[in-house]
Amino acid sequence: MSDFVMPSLGADMESAVLMEWLVKEGDHVTKGQVIAEVETSKGVIDIEVFEDGVVDKLLVKEETECTVGTPLAFIRTHDEAPPVQTVENAQRIKASPAARRKAKEMGVEIASLASTGEVNLAQVQKYAEKVPKLATTDGMRQAIAKAMSRSNAEIPHYYLSISINMTPVLKWLEDFNAARTIKERILPAALLIRAIVKALKEVPELNGFWQDGEHHISESIHPGIAIALRKGGLITPALINANEMGLDETMHSLGDLISRTRNGKLRNTEMTQQTITITNLGDLGVQNVFGVIYPPQVALVGLGRIMDAPWAEGDTLCVRKIIQVTLAGDHRATDGRTGALFLDKLNQILQAPQELL
Amino acid sequence: MTQEQIKKVIIDQILEIAPDIEEGDIIPEGNIQRSLEIDSFDFLKLLTALNDILGVEVPERDYAKVETVEHMTQYFAQNLVQ
Repeated sequence: MSDFVMPSLGADMESAVLMEWLVKEGDHVTKGQVIAEVETSKGVIDIEVFEDGVVDKLLVKEETECTVGTPLAFIRTHDEAPPVQTVENAQRIKASPAARRKAKEMGVEIASLASTGEVNLAQVQKYAEKVPKLATTDGMRQAIAKAMSRSNAEIPHYYLSISINMTPVLKWLEDFNAARTIKERILPAALLIRAIVKALKEVPELNGFWQDGEHHISESIHPGIAIALRKGGLITPALINANEMGLDETMHSLGDLISRTRNGKLRNTEMTQQTITITNLGDLGVQNVFGVIYPPQVALVGLGRIMDAPWAEGDTLCVRKIIQVTLAGDHRATDGRTGALFLDKLNQILQAPQELL
Repeated sequence: MTQEQIKKVIIDQILEIAPDIEEGDIIPEGNIQRSLEIDSFDFLKLLTALNDILGVEVPERDYAKVETVEHMTQYFAQNLVQ
């Protein structure tokens, strides 16, 4: 028997609302199956189960706010017998839907009222009048603020930058796309991400974490892709197992990830498994991106705009499509030499694009 | 199909792909990607959807001709006739 608990969907998350169960008691579930939807400050997230089994008991009703770690359900693995004794209900925060809505509008944490039993609307209003208002009640802004403050306080960043001639690779891509239908076209952003993942395989030290005073390198590569939401805010969901994808799959998965991010349909693994961050601000015309690392990750790759620029080839000065790629590294985990090797490797890979397929 | 009808199809598809945009935000002469924060993925999705509806595929070399709703309307109008 195992507890299925409210997962932490980021170091900054304290609680979330269980919105909907997608299974009922007695259902068989398989590893990776989405069994619930949870609403966080980053939108609605699909929650997957981590093992095969049977849903023995759902402990939390829909629309209940739960702190991270609260048991939500019991999952019985197939080789276990059904339990004979009933188990006490997990601790949960009860609140009426109206109270929950009001609390959200007013920036009040339901958890801070929970000791009084079921939370109702009047209690929320009374509480909100007593406490001073936060400067902003936008949950996502607060989450970003927390993570970035921690990053700048804890991580000694170093920055390296390289100019890469993209003319040959873009020419290759243009010819490649011309022979395909519009549905099969590859965008430069997907090609760059594929190249970064390939370079990380060669320089794995940048792909991992700094935890408990130690550097842990991750075998899998799950780059967090910074995706801006048009209504404001930023989410960096993971492109899970990007190291196992070819160019077509990278393009397809990236398109899918962007759509689901903007429609609020991400999975919990995508919110928590990032091993490095890739930020592309090129669409907005930015040349250099000096990013802030998302802890406990140890690196961030920033992509600028691909732009026409003067470029020397031998004795000739010509105009080429140039991109500035910047690396922010955690100096506790790696040195500038490692970062330099990575950028050099990335440049070499982009000069041989046919190997990116 | 008239130019007005084509324009309506384009605007409908922009609203479909980016539901957080309102029709009033769309300036016919404005650069679609920059003025509406449509990234390269959304832009490709828009062209793919228009290809499904109108049967005209915009090659990458013609992207400069479809940067605004106005120009995109003219582009599709010309290519639909041929």
